[in-house]
Amino acid sequence: MNTLKNPANRAWAVLIIATLITWYLGEAGAAGTLAIVAMLVIAFIKGRLVILDFMELRNAPLMWRMLLEGWLIVVSSLILLAYWISLK
Amino acid sequence: MTTTIPASAEEPQSKHLPGDLAIWIFILAEMLAFAVFFSAYAFARASNVELFNLYQQTLDRNVGALNTVLLITGSWFVVLAVQAAHRDDGNAVTRNIALGFICGAGFLVVKVFEYAEKFGAGISLSTNSFYMFYISLTFFHFMHVILGMVILTALWLQARKGAYTSQNSHGLESGAAYWHMVDLLWIILFPLVYVMR
Repeated sequence: MNTLKNPANRAWAVLIIATLITWYLGEAGAAGTLAIVAMLVIAFIKGRLVILDFMELRNAPLMWRMLLEGWLIVVSSLILLAYWISLK
Repeated sequence: MTTTIPASAEEPQSKHLPGDLAIWIFILAEMLAFAVFFSAYAFARASNVELFNLYQQTLDRNVGALNTVLLITGSWFVVLAVQAAHRDDGNAVTRNIALGFICGAGFLVVKVFEYAEKFGAGISLSTNSFYMFYISLTFFHFMHVILGMVILTALWLQARKGAYTSQNSHGLESGAAYWHMVDLLWIILFPLVYVMR
């Protein structure tokens, strides 16, 4: 079986790489607007992969995909808003 | 973003929600609670940036990242267990649930060492508002990892009896969905509390 044909395997690989990037940004002392946006985008992509490929909601009824992905959008937006306020 | 349709042939043609409806309602309620906590942290930080940035530096990012890897890998094993059930490979179901459980146990061990170090240094909920959030958010999540592992244990016991097959994988899918939620929450929690500044 081709390992990369399985979407769960691909998701796992991307999730691990994304985690290492966030860890590296922290080690490099990344801070401020760009770093915050980058880390939120990475967290958003990771969350979406968990929802679609681990929870297997890619083929779920639209309402459930929207509820879970909507949660991710709302949470990231609120965090972004709070950090944006803190930078002012 | 990848928008490719899964190549696996086990996907049914019609749209369907894996597991029971009840577990998804429970998951949504849990996620709503965490959304409130995450926002509370972010907005509390906004009015006290210096303090949060200062004490965030005392957290061990290596340990936080290691725990992220453990939960992601644990989640992946459980997806493999569900896929194994869909192709009636009972041994792989049991094995992958056990591997997922081991990853969860690894998370707990790492977290206990992290807490021991912090509590040993005299840090408590009342030290300051950053530690109040750090301890309560991570501990609330910690409890969810424990519940997830209880669920995995129940799934493993059923799987050993051959309960999960392509004809009957609902229970396994429900438990798996909860375990992935624990992973999803940590994916937000780690950058928020340990890294973003």
